[in-house]
Amino acid sequence: MSSLFSSLKMMTKGAMRCVLITNHLKFFETIGNFQLLQVTVRDALNQAMDEELERDERVFLLGEEVAQYDGAYKVSRGLWKKYGDKRIIDTPISEMGFAGIAVGAAMAGLRPICEFMTFNFSMQAIDQVINSAAKTCYMSAGLQAVPIVFRGPNGASAGVAAQHSQCFAAWYGHCPGLKVVSPWNSEDARGLLKSAIRDDNPVVVLENELMYGVAFEVSEQGLSKDFTIPIGKAKVERPGNHVTLVSHSRMVGHCLDAAAVLAKEGIECEVINLRTIRPLDVETIEASVVKTNHLITVEGGWPQFGVGAEICARIMEGPAFNYLDAPVIRVTGVDIPMPYAKILEDNSTPQIKDIIFSVKKTLNM
Amino acid sequence: MQNMLTFISNVLRGGASKNGAQTVSEGARLVGSTRSFADFSPQASFDIKKCELHRLDQGPPTQALLTREQGLKYYRTMQTMRRMELKADQLYKQKIIRGFCHLYDGQEACAVGIEAGINPSDHLITAYRAHGYTYTRGVSVKEILAELTGRRGGVAKGKGGSMHMYAKHFYGGNGIVGAQVPLGAGLALACQYKGNNEVCVTLYGDGAANQGQIFESFNMAALWKLPCIFICENNKYGMGTSVERASASTDYFKRGDFIPGLKVDGMDVLTVREATKFAADYCRSGKGPILMELETYRYHGHSMSDPGVSYRTREEIQEVRSKSDPISMLKDRMISNNMASLEEIKEIDVEIRKEIEEAAQFATSDPEPPLEELCNHIFYNEPPMEVRGTNPWSKLKSIS
Repeated sequence: MSSLFSSLKMMTKGAMRCVLITNHLKFFETIGNFQLLQVTVRDALNQAMDEELERDERVFLLGEEVAQYDGAYKVSRGLWKKYGDKRIIDTPISEMGFAGIAVGAAMAGLRPICEFMTFNFSMQAIDQVINSAAKTCYMSAGLQAVPIVFRGPNGASAGVAAQHSQCFAAWYGHCPGLKVVSPWNSEDARGLLKSAIRDDNPVVVLENELMYGVAFEVSEQGLSKDFTIPIGKAKVERPGNHVTLVSHSRMVGHCLDAAAVLAKEGIECEVINLRTIRPLDVETIEASVVKTNHLITVEGGWPQFGVGAEICARIMEGPAFNYLDAPVIRVTGVDIPMPYAKILEDNSTPQIKDIIFSVKKTLNM
Repeated sequence: MQNMLTFISNVLRGGASKNGAQTVSEGARLVGSTRSFADFSPQASFDIKKCELHRLDQGPPTQALLTREQGLKYYRTMQTMRRMELKADQLYKQKIIRGFCHLYDGQEACAVGIEAGINPSDHLITAYRAHGYTYTRGVSVKEILAELTGRRGGVAKGKGGSMHMYAKHFYGGNGIVGAQVPLGAGLALACQYKGNNEVCVTLYGDGAANQGQIFESFNMAALWKLPCIFICENNKYGMGTSVERASASTDYFKRGDFIPGLKVDGMDVLTVREATKFAADYCRSGKGPILMELETYRYHGHSMSDPGVSYRTREEIQEVRSKSDPISMLKDRMISNNMASLEEIKEIDVEIRKEIEEAAQFATSDPEPPLEELCNHIFYNEPPMEVRGTNPWSKLKSIS
């Protein structure tokens, strides 16, 4: 029965791929009692915000073009129409100003979602994120909470060049008082954004523009209105015995693709999706390293002082070090400002072949 | 005579009620024949300086009514703040307070006047010269001094220090120049969002007035008609830089451009009070933000590490002290209008001195926070977690 079910699932998946014309269509499939819903990351984020806006009237969204334009990347489509000016606020181009306004509103007990059109622009406002939001609970010895979410696309996009392509995972991941999450697929996006909004502390949600249009299957449980993913817990996306690949955001997909290629050669990769940058779930990585004895970190950001660098340090400081048969390898973006020309850009962030190459290197093949 | 006056003042304090007139009659009954309580005027009307206006047809009234009770309260509050700051100066020189310490003496009329013009349910945020506002917003001198000395009895348990003190509807205490202004606009947004008829007083200095984020806040506050009273405390110097050397336009009350503004004598508590009431009414009526410039002066340097005489003359400081001191002005007004006696004022001073001494005693003897507190309060409402110490074996506990 289960094999019949899984082959039915495969068939309908294939059928669905033919039918999927545009990026943001959702399909309901009912096979027996199971519902399989294809949801794009964009729609997952949209639904998460919609549900949280409905659930708690203190929640509101502000940012550039979030209301009448439906969002620069259409993530907030339909929300202004449904909730109006009071809860979905278009701001002028004043990142430092509106980020500060959002933090002040959070201090007064509201629960703002502050959107940066991309996290590159958050640099204009980074003082408000760090000094006004992240540090306040500590400085006030717990008297003043700041229940705020900063969200937006992070990292490389396509052809947007150096000023619009930086990854801020390491920058925000550095600071105590902040929680930093980096969803990969639609279930991640839904669950982590909902957790972030419900959290009483400042949370930075690093989305990825190239993932917005990608559809993933979301389980029924994943679609429920109270579905949340705990912040600080990584997920093993694919079990394996030979090498551990740790990644976050879009690169998780690259790791899974690399794993599929390597599996044909008999190399089984364990792929871990960090989901949260800070606090980092070192335990899940350690448990995996104990099993595989080899670790490779994969990220889109620059190598120096990055997420991979932190993972290397933590593994060395912990019990998993003794189980390593080789040094930890970091696969990262190239240490340059992002170029524009396609051939250059393509070679500036990790490609699947880079991951495969590194796996074989570390396994001495 | 002396005893009779002491007796009268004791009676007055004991019988103090909300209604001044009631106290008068109670006092009159109890008092003997020499100098009776009925001799004190229960209230008087004072001419106050007219405010220069920007984009406003009408300004605050040019007369202020002061009751005896209010006068004594303002005097007590200002004098407490003054003595508290001077005590902080002393403790700093004894190295019992360390780090940053930005003192407010000279500017007392601003904090007290503003508090008199708003409600406790309104909101207030300021920058780092915050000890005065921390007091007017309800934190005791004891908790303020203990925070300055970094003890566990401090208002932030010793973890914040001079620039990071908080209370109900008081959001600090902010160290980054100008950053508090968007925060204040956000607090005002929350007031508007909740529809609670509250306003937010958002303070900044003449130095901060040139920060870009302030103009971003002006724009959004005006666009969305946020109930925000922006107040520039112009004490003539941003650290060591005079206003002429920092600002192309020193008309700070006009710098809000499309936001109406008023220039207020910040050394007169009554002028500040009337202007604040005017501004609060304006905001509460839904007309949007308003800007007030308070002309004031600080006796100390920028902070305790600045003697304050390299960029201004001692003569200038002395002149302000002798001609415009806010506490002296109020005292003279009350005495010359027979609203209080010198002896009564002296008694208040004695009481305040005692309060400050006791607070300083506490602040110097209270123990520092325990090391176990080191990693607490990183997050709010969070289960206990582990924090890395200075080395990999040091795993510290953090609770919220």
